[in-house]
Parts: sequence; structure tokens; C-alpha cells
Amino acid sequence: MSGALEQLYQQIILDHSKLRHGEGLRPAPDGSVPGESHQYNPTCGDEITLRLARNGEQITAISWAGDGCSISMAAASVLTEIVDGGISEADLLSKVDNFRDVLRSRGTIEADEEVLGDAAAFSGVSRYPARVKCAMLSWVAAEEALLASR
Amino acid sequence: MPVVPTPTTLTEATAAIDDREVSHIRNDFPILAQQVNDNGLVYLDSGATSQNPLSVIEAEQEFYEQRNAAVHRGAHSLAVGATDVFEEAREAVARFIGARSNEVVWTANATEALNLLTYSFSNATAGRGSDDSRRFVVQPGDEIVVTEMEHHANLIPWQELAFRTGATLRYIPVDDDGALRMDEAAAVINEATKVVAFTHASNVLGCINPVEELIALAHARGAFAVLDGCQSVPHLPVDVKALDVDFLAFSGHKMLGPTGIGALYGKADLLNAMPPFLTGGSMITKVTMEGADYLPAPNRFEAGTQQISQAAALAVAVNYLQETGVKRIAAWEATLGRRLVEGLQQIEGVRVLGPGAGTERIGLAAFDIAGVHAHDVGQFLDDRGIAVRVGHHCAQPLHRRLGLIASTRASTYLYNTTADVDYFLEAMASVRSFFGARS
Ligand SMILES: Cc1ncc(COP(=O)(O)O)c(C=O)c1O
Repeated sequence: MSGALEQLYQQIILDHSKLRHGEGLRPAPDGSVPGESHQYNPTCGDEITLRLARNGEQITAISWAGDGCSISMAAASVLTEIVDGGISEADLLSKVDNFRDVLRSRGTIEADEEVLGDAAAFSGVSRYPARVKCAMLSWVAAEEALLASR
Repeated sequence: MPVVPTPTTLTEATAAIDDREVSHIRNDFPILAQQVNDNGLVYLDSGATSQNPLSVIEAEQEFYEQRNAAVHRGAHSLAVGATDVFEEAREAVARFIGARSNEVVWTANATEALNLLTYSFSNATAGRGSDDSRRFVVQPGDEIVVTEMEHHANLIPWQELAFRTGATLRYIPVDDDGALRMDEAAAVINEATKVVAFTHASNVLGCINPVEELIALAHARGAFAVLDGCQSVPHLPVDVKALDVDFLAFSGHKMLGPTGIGALYGKADLLNAMPPFLTGGSMITKVTMEGADYLPAPNRFEAGTQQISQAAALAVAVNYLQETGVKRIAAWEATLGRRLVEGLQQIEGVRVLGPGAGTERIGLAAFDIAGVHAHDVGQFLDDRGIAVRVGHHCAQPLHRRLGLIASTRASTYLYNTTADVDYFLEAMASVRSFFGARS
């Protein structure tokens, strides 16, 4: 077995793919504005529906439902951790951009744990261009859900 | 050396293929010698596309080095030679499926072949063609029958034909194991049925369908029988005359040939009664500013400059298959298919799709493995140099029917050894523990 596979499937990712934070769609709390997005990857059939709740510029809740590979499920879980407890819209958008840059870098950009938390473990995905879409699925859904809640 | 072999060069061996013979066969396929992720490539994705022997690769190169010219046009020697190559290739491929050469239409692939058919039918419906073309008219009240196990290529063109014409699309369902419900077939195929289109062998289930029975049912109701031969023509002896099938579609790249070429077989009287699909140069007799008359089949359906080098190479591929012996290849792949299924069934959490051990199947097996997504299985295997297909294999309705979104598929061909299958099974045995899947 090459070490590359362990670089891709780090234990953090495997753990998140099993104990999925935020799984199960919940209604947005009273007083907040919901935004929802459905994303589908036609090449593998993976899909996710993600819902955010907005209070002004703050994103206050996130939940999702989906079916897919360990990379896509774990990516939704680590995203939930970032949003849980509240985050500003601008902050969330910049983290999505940062995550995308890391994933598309083909291994040239090292993820910053300070910025991405557990999502930094996805650095290894950047060496597998075919899997970038899997990791981005929920993060793109978050971008779209933000737009929908405006 | 002639680009296109003559029948007299064909000698079919009789002894069964074994691993020793396969090791010689493998020497003909340069791509198989490479390393992938520090392991020797184990190619188990021939169901998607097959690899090419050197002779096929060289045939394309030889065409461009020595014979390249437009066919059916121009009087210069090169053009005459290219036309010969092109038409001899058609003869070789026709012979391979038991057809006459005017019954084989070149297409880009099976998908285009099936679209050609459906668009010709709707052109007939729109009033194009001759009086003879009326038999292809599809209208409200008519029914088109497919099966629940079809590849999207043999489903969506028929859906679209139904949408365009107002006909109704019906399907023969599969049971929980994925076998065609033949008890339902007799009811689904009825007096209103215009076409019955079905796959010979499933690209997901590996099963070989009772095509003789389906063709007979279609004909008994006056319907056309259309066969998707993508997974049968490369792997099993297929004789269109013995089957009495009306149309057959297949792809060159799945049978040791290059990409960009496939074929539609049609009975000569049917093809010659059908209006064209694509129109333009090379398919006409007389053209005025008001309209045009069309050539007979197959040229009527071959508008524009054709895939000439690919045709030449496909003829060499077909020759390779015939020299090896299609019956012998089928028997070898059945052995590999059995080994795959028996081995997979011994791995905890694996559910093999389609017929179980002991039932006839081609040399492929798709499966689900509890707790690990197909995409992750594919990645894990790739790390060991094993190439398999993951996803829905262009058969979403079938996967949905089986309660799945995706599956993993290992598919073999004449160049796979039992060691390939065993190496794959050995890797499969540790997939669940790698991903920490619980029982
Ligand atoms: C059963 C079946 N039908 C149709 C097709 C479509 O073949 P192509 O993509 O070469 O047109 C395939 C191959 O993917 C197949 O396996």
C-alpha cells in the first residue's frame, strides 16, 4: 500500500464520514431566513441538500442530507463544524474560496488549520483531481444556499 | 501486408484458452505492461472500453502513412485504395456478425447507431422517405418497449422518440435480482408495440438475456426487434441471421478497436426503406436547389467524411478476435466471470448484482459493498494498480430499482488472467477494514 492513499483518506476524514456533523435536514430557527441548495454530481450520482439559516450578516445554523462517498460526506461534516456556533457571511465565503483554492492546487497549496479547522485534512484530495468535485459538493451548496437566503 | 485480412487467414484454435495462452495474448497489448501507482496495471474495465493490440494501433498509423484519402470521391489512385480499405473493413465487420456488407452502417459508436435509428423513425413519422417508409411511422397509440436494465444509450433515444411522436414508452421490469421479468414481457409486448429494444448482455448485471424469445415476441406482434450488442458482440458469438434480429448496435472501442467507430446493422430491406438521419455530402444521388435523392443503404446513412482509419483498424480488431476464436474467448470470460462472482460472494458485506454463481454470465461483475461507497472502493483499488468502473454505469434506473445509487464493476476480456481476478479479490478483502466499515 502506498502512503498516498493514507494521505487522501486521513483518519479525520474517515471519522467525519462516519460520525457526520449536521446530517439530517432541520428547519431554520424562528426569526432566521433560510437558504437551501441541492447539488448533484452526475458522474457518480452523489447528492446533497444543504440548508443555512441567516440572521442579518450572521449564518447561525446549518444542516444537510445527502448520499455519497466518504470524501463528500466528510466534507459536509467539517463544513458544519465551521458554521456551527455562528459565522459571518463574509467569513464563510472566504473559507469556501480558500478551501477551493487548496483543493484545486494539485498539492501546491498547504491548507491552514487555523482557517479551515478539520477541513485542512482535505489537502490530500488536491492530488486527486477526480475527487475535488466530491469534496466541493457541500461547499458549493453552502455558497448557493447563501445566495438563496439573501 | 494487406490492411484488411482475408477470410483464408483465419484459423480458429480449438483448445480452451488458459493462463499460459493469455500471457502470450498480453504481449500484443502494449498498454498492459505499464505500472500504475507502483503496481503492474490490472485492467478490469473492458466493459467501458477495451485495450488495443499493437496490430490495431499500427493499422491506423499505416492508413495515414500510406493510404490516406477521402473515400467514394475522386478518381486518383490513393482515393481508390482508401475506398477499398473502407469497404473491405465493412465486409470484415459484416462477416463477423453474420451480415451482408450493405447491412452495416458505420457510426461513431453504439449511441449514434441507436440515435440514427430513432431519428430515422421520426423522420418517417414526419412524412419523409418513400411509401415504404410508412412502416416506421410512430404515432400516438403506438408503444415502444425497452427494459429496465438498459444502458442510457438504449433508453433515452427511445424516450425522446416517444416524446417527439406521442407514442408511449413501456418497459419490461426486472426482479429483485435484476433478471428480466419474462412473465411480464408477454403482456408488455402487445398489438400496439412498434419497437422492442433491449440489451443482449447487461453492462451491469452481466446476465445474457433470452434474446431469441424477445425477438420472437416482438415479431409475433409485428414489432421491430432492436438489439444493443455493446456487451455481446465483443464477447460472444453473435449471428444476426440466426437471431433474425432487425437491428443491432455495437461499438468498436469495446472490441479491441479504436474509438470513434461503431456500427448499426439493419436488415437490408429495412435499411433501404428508411429515410436518412444525417444528411449532406456522400449520401445522395441527384441534388437540386429544391431537394435531393438518396443513395441506398448503407451510404444513405453515412453523410460527410467518414471514420476511415478507424474502420481499417476495426477490421484488424475483428480479425484478432476471430483468430483467437470468439467461442474460446466467451468460454474464458465465463471462467473469469465465475471466479469473480464466487470470490466476491465470499467477502463479507458484498452483494453481487445480477445472476449468482452457477448462472450464465459474461466476464463481469458489479457489486455493492456494505459501508463503503463505490467511489472509495475504486480509489482504493486504483492505489494498487487495479482499474475498475464505479458509479451508475449509465444505468440509473436499474441501480434505483436495485436500491443503489452506485456500484463497483470489474469487467474482463481475453487479456485478463486468473491472477488478475485473484489480485483484485485479495484487494477487495481488505477494503472494508481500510475504511473502518462495521459489520
Ligand atoms: C450495454 C451498453 N450499451 C450502450 C453503450 C454505449 O456505448 P458507446 O458509449 O460506445 O456508444 C455501452 C457502453 O458504455 C453499453 O455497455
